[in-house]
Amino acid sequence: MPNPILEVNGLKKYFDLKGGVFGRKVGEVKAVDDVSFTVMEGEILGIVGESGCGKSTTGKSILRLIEPTAGEVKFEDKDITNLNTEEMRKLRRDMQIIFQDPYASLNPRHTVEKIIGEPLLVHGVKSKEERKKRIKELLEVVGLSPYHASRYPHQFSGGQRQRIGIARALANNPKLIICDEPVSALDVSVQSQILNLMQDLRDRFNLTYVFIAHDLSVVKHISDRVGVMYLGRMVEMANKDELYDNPKHPYTQALLSAVPVPDPDAEKDRIILEGDVPSPSNPPSGCAFHTRCPRAMDICKEVRPKFEEQENNHFVACHLYE
Amino acid sequence: MSDVLLELNNLHTHFFTDDGEIPAVDGVSFHVRKGEVVGIVGESGCGKSVTSLSIMQLIPSPPGKIVDGEINFKGENIAKASKKQMRKIRGNEIAMIFQEPMTSLNPLYSIGNQIGEAILLHEKVNKKEARQKSINLLKLVGIPRAEAVVDEYPHQLSGGMRQRVMIAMAMACDPELLIADEPTTALDVTIQAQILDLMRNLNKEKETAILLITHDLGVVAEICERVVVMYAGKVVEEGTAKEILKDPKHPYTQGLIRSLPKIHEKEQKLYSIPGTVPKPGKGKIGCRFAPRCEYAFDRCFQEDPKLLSIGNERYTRCFLYEENVGSENDHAKSNS
Repeated sequence: MPNPILEVNGLKKYFDLKGGVFGRKVGEVKAVDDVSFTVMEGEILGIVGESGCGKSTTGKSILRLIEPTAGEVKFEDKDITNLNTEEMRKLRRDMQIIFQDPYASLNPRHTVEKIIGEPLLVHGVKSKEERKKRIKELLEVVGLSPYHASRYPHQFSGGQRQRIGIARALANNPKLIICDEPVSALDVSVQSQILNLMQDLRDRFNLTYVFIAHDLSVVKHISDRVGVMYLGRMVEMANKDELYDNPKHPYTQALLSAVPVPDPDAEKDRIILEGDVPSPSNPPSGCAFHTRCPRAMDICKEVRPKFEEQENNHFVACHLYE
Repeated sequence: MSDVLLELNNLHTHFFTDDGEIPAVDGVSFHVRKGEVVGIVGESGCGKSVTSLSIMQLIPSPPGKIVDGEINFKGENIAKASKKQMRKIRGNEIAMIFQEPMTSLNPLYSIGNQIGEAILLHEKVNKKEARQKSINLLKLVGIPRAEAVVDEYPHQLSGGMRQRVMIAMAMACDPELLIADEPTTALDVTIQAQILDLMRNLNKEKETAILLITHDLGVVAEICERVVVMYAGKVVEEGTAKEILKDPKHPYTQGLIRSLPKIHEKEQKLYSIPGTVPKPGKGKIGCRFAPRCEYAFDRCFQEDPKLLSIGNERYTRCFLYEENVGSENDHAKSNS
């Protein structure tokens, strides 16, 4: 049984809404509202959800790139929410992040060598020779060539830039990588290259990923377990086959049925949800999904359902199963 | 064929830049019938959007220019139509919706104003009638409280609602052809399902032909009858949606379909096409896909393959299908 590498307990992130003449607080956006989960060593946990559901905020709060409002984040059994900046900086050696937009996340004025070398320098690889050697190694690992080191980001295609982003994340041999929509800006043929690369790297370096994406097929392909978020809350989490074959939460069911499948013969019993995602600054009472849920009951409007294990590792937050 | 609504014949749209002449659309031909839904599929930079903008004559000029070819709309070549003629067609007979509903609506005008503009321009109605028609259109595209929304501004609506407004605007004058350029790319899946559903209904009820430009083969399977696959400015394959998705012929189409992660299947490793989409440029010889193609042989690098007819409205641009029998052996030989 592998050990849990990351434990998130009751994570909350509320953003203040300022307004009025004096910029007083007039409300809160509950971007992440009481989310708990555990990630095992060597596992890929996928987090899916629509825009505004808080999946990226969750990812960034784990690394404390966004300071969580409440809750506990344990990395290797150590609570990291109270560490000071210096301790956190040291810890980030082991926890890295890959961003969505390979165009915006690389400094256009730095060469690839500088981009990948920076985390090495920060974490104590002082000798220039050693750094050069490591950069060369990293470029080869992600499928680029050592001569790319002297180039600038604009000279690369989207897929290559994402490879640079991955090389930078790998520089200090991290244990956990948060991948925030790493392939959504890429074309299909390049997307599959990057997904394969990420899978290879996981096997080679025994990495753990938290893979955040909105594309359900991509998440299914790469993850071992998948969590579904809606309006700042985790609504369902299970092993990927269990979740995709036997979704329990009405939102997950609707979400899965809405994915267009590139197969003209596929049966289409689509659940089309009414309306839009409500605003997280004023979430519905009780279960956040009750305004759009085809199976909503009276209790759903009043009581927030608990996120509980139904059967073998299949967690769901829905009154239908209580 | 009298029921052909739009026919592109050997269309060439080039951009004249500092780096030289770039053939973004390099000899594209296809047609759309009345009431038909045709998809153009391809990755970024393949020329699918430029093709659609060329039809509407919305290519920024300079640097872009339609240098050759015909665009026949209802039997009339509109490739060289004057600005005045185009104004009559645009929004009236051919309408277009864009990918980004956030940026294609004017934030300073109310929804009713923006929908009403096209109606006032093309039809003999007064403002009051135009407003009533706008409300009806908003109802048609499934916007709740249409009477209130007509006076609201784009920032008050969500992404899915804005795309509905865009569609309402496009449908304002009952166009015969609707060009939709990645209409659901910026939307979430549950909203995407709503919008595709709406487009399907409009196509059925109003018999509007739709030319759908997308990179998502799933969307194609949902809504398109026929599909045109583009790569590096050229059509590489054409056929019905079923033929393309179930029995792709061109190695690029095959690779594209194989590299999609499938939601209902279990697979360990994804197929991936090596390399990246080539930069467009003039004077390249040979099949554009050859450097990434696993079946490529010498001839692919020396000659441009022609678009071959391999069945009823079924085309592919690949030497492998030149003589349907025996081509397998030929390529095995040249590989060894």
